[in-house]
Amino acid sequence: MLYIKDRPGEDVVIRGAHVLDPTEGIDATLDVRIDAGTIAAIGEGLDTNEHRVVDGAGFVLTPAFIDPHVHLRTPGREDEETIASGTAAAAAGGYCAILAMPNTDPVVDSAATLGALVEIAGREAEISVGFLAAITRGQRGEELTEMAELADAGAVAFSDDGVPVVSAGLMRRALQYSSISGRKLALHCEERSLSRDGQVHEGSVAAELGFTGYPSVGESVMVERDLALAAYEGQPLHLLHLSAAESVTALRRARAAGVAATAEVTPHHLVLTDEAIRSLDANLKMNPPLRSAEDRAALIEALKDGSIECIATDHAPHALHEKDVPFEAAPFGVTGLETAFAVLNTHLVRPGVLTLATVIERMTAGPARVFGLDRPRVAVGARANLALLDLEHEWEVDAQSFRSRSRNSWLLGELLTGAVAMTIAGGAVAFER
Amino acid sequence: MNTIRLVHDDLRPPGPAPRRHLISIADLTRDDVQRLLGTARTFESALDREVKKLPTLKGRLVVNLFYESSTRTSSSFELAAKRLSADTLTLKAAGSSVDKGESLKDTALTLGAYDPDVIVIRHPQIGAPQLVARVTEAHIVNAGDGKNQHPTQALLDVYTIQQQLGRLEGLHVAIVGDVLHSRVARSLLQAFALVGVHCKLVGPPALLPRGMNAEMTTDIGAIRDADVVYVLRMQQERMQAGANYVPSLREYAARWGITPERLRPGQKVMHPGPMNRGVEIDPRVADSVDALVERQVRSGLVVRMAVLYDVLTGGPVGVRALAAAEVA
Repeated sequence: MLYIKDRPGEDVVIRGAHVLDPTEGIDATLDVRIDAGTIAAIGEGLDTNEHRVVDGAGFVLTPAFIDPHVHLRTPGREDEETIASGTAAAAAGGYCAILAMPNTDPVVDSAATLGALVEIAGREAEISVGFLAAITRGQRGEELTEMAELADAGAVAFSDDGVPVVSAGLMRRALQYSSISGRKLALHCEERSLSRDGQVHEGSVAAELGFTGYPSVGESVMVERDLALAAYEGQPLHLLHLSAAESVTALRRARAAGVAATAEVTPHHLVLTDEAIRSLDANLKMNPPLRSAEDRAALIEALKDGSIECIATDHAPHALHEKDVPFEAAPFGVTGLETAFAVLNTHLVRPGVLTLATVIERMTAGPARVFGLDRPRVAVGARANLALLDLEHEWEVDAQSFRSRSRNSWLLGELLTGAVAMTIAGGAVAFER
Repeated sequence: MNTIRLVHDDLRPPGPAPRRHLISIADLTRDDVQRLLGTARTFESALDREVKKLPTLKGRLVVNLFYESSTRTSSSFELAAKRLSADTLTLKAAGSSVDKGESLKDTALTLGAYDPDVIVIRHPQIGAPQLVARVTEAHIVNAGDGKNQHPTQALLDVYTIQQQLGRLEGLHVAIVGDVLHSRVARSLLQAFALVGVHCKLVGPPALLPRGMNAEMTTDIGAIRDADVVYVLRMQQERMQAGANYVPSLREYAARWGITPERLRPGQKVMHPGPMNRGVEIDPRVADSVDALVERQVRSGLVVRMAVLYDVLTGGPVGVRALAAAEVA
């Protein structure tokens, strides 16, 4: 289900880093030896043999991250991102695996299109990449895709991300058929008759600035509908990029009632509120929109207690000229792969809102569990998928430094604390600063 | 990288003072508003002379860039610039490169190449004036951006009220109608707050923006205690078919239309124009002596003269402008 270009496993010893793997229960200063890409020993004073030695003193070594929600824009908009550039950006962000959304041009709705991507990934992907396929043909919300064949061709899950499945009847059929494919549905929940042409959250900021508002209830009524259908059909589902407190309430209720519902949240929804859009920076325009302080607090609380199991960037590259327009004319979406860890560390871990262990768990074991992927871990015998983190490094986000082909980051010019020093993905060094 | 930046910053000569724009009332202080109103009064007195043209902005170039149709705003900006002896260049979206798909940024860059002193821009999208300010060296005056702001309209309305009622502080104004789609209402709310005018919003539930920090009611009876009833236009071009903000214009007129029966004697009525007679305003009200609509248009000219003068000279109208007026 995951694809990466062929590379030999490397021999590396990381000396004296603080090793943190919350799921394995490791939280100590240790050496980690990697033999031919596989973790061979974890302990104190390990032999280095002929291995490359990396001094990890002062750094934290964790499992590398998984981003379950990325737009690689391939096929169709290779000017904005390619599998090569997107996976290089992910490696720089500490990721060992990412999942790409199918809302490309053409949409990934056939085994042939998916097969072409799998083939490119096998040649170009710097880290592992998996592909979601569309729920409906052309994401038009009319006919189901051939999900069983797409699953056989390598689809990790199914999503019409970018647009909701408008018809409740069709959503029910998709849930029924997902049991055959054995893959989850990942849902973009938006009731379009409520969100309409909403640009930002419907609240006091939108009222003051004159923006058409996309109310929280426009998300949560669709969350409630899909959870009700999932409960009725007894099928699991995953809720993409939750933004509203009402959605979190619905999620909690469904999980308590036994629905196998999971959810993700983005760094920007965890860190920002709609107050930020007063700057009218088009790089703060995304769907779903930034919401109120209460919504943000509810998302943080849900991430903390595990109701929301993973952090996803919703990395959405856009060409420079498409965002260099008035806010209302700009497309939705912001990049995030190269800044996710640093922004979470700066604005949530350092102020004491979330522990580092929680953030790491939600960026590693969480998404692996949700999508049935191998969990990156610090354990003997595991393929080396590791992130070496410098929690103290201060840096300014600079458009020139991105490995992504796009620069539509909401963090341009911001100072962040914490950086990825090295990423080992699939047994080989994929990034070092 | 940080180090390089710091050195670079330290060695850079001090830049010019930030350019003055008028993009949002939210950027102004009470003093700014009072200064602009004072400047407008000065210009109004100058307009009583036989020769109305002042040499104040001679040699300056004012570009009017209009992406939305407009009669009174574009004509009053053009006349304001001409009364101050500035050169003017007016561009409307129809018939320009905009028709050929040129982006706002490229149009602004093209105009910027003529070194205009002021660009007056009206655009259907929020944030357009900020973009033009970012890519050109001109002073930007916002003549309306989407549903966000229309600062010169708010200033001319405040000016009109002050001239007609003799004061501002403590007055009550009711803004009635389609507040949701109204940039005029948003600018007015902020301007009224600055000058101490109490304001309430009256209209159908779906046309009162949720979360607006203002007193809001659907009861048209609430206009009774207002000194001024400010009537907003029902913006039919922004009401998509089937949006159902109100069931019909007929029902709107019956419930919220401003009729003589709903007004107290002597209550002043304002409207930013263009009016839909028989919808939001009864023709008898529109033509009554208490309607200040033409006063508003007249105020628009002197207030826009004051705004152009203010962004370019950066100060109160003082000795210099008066001296210039004497020369004329």
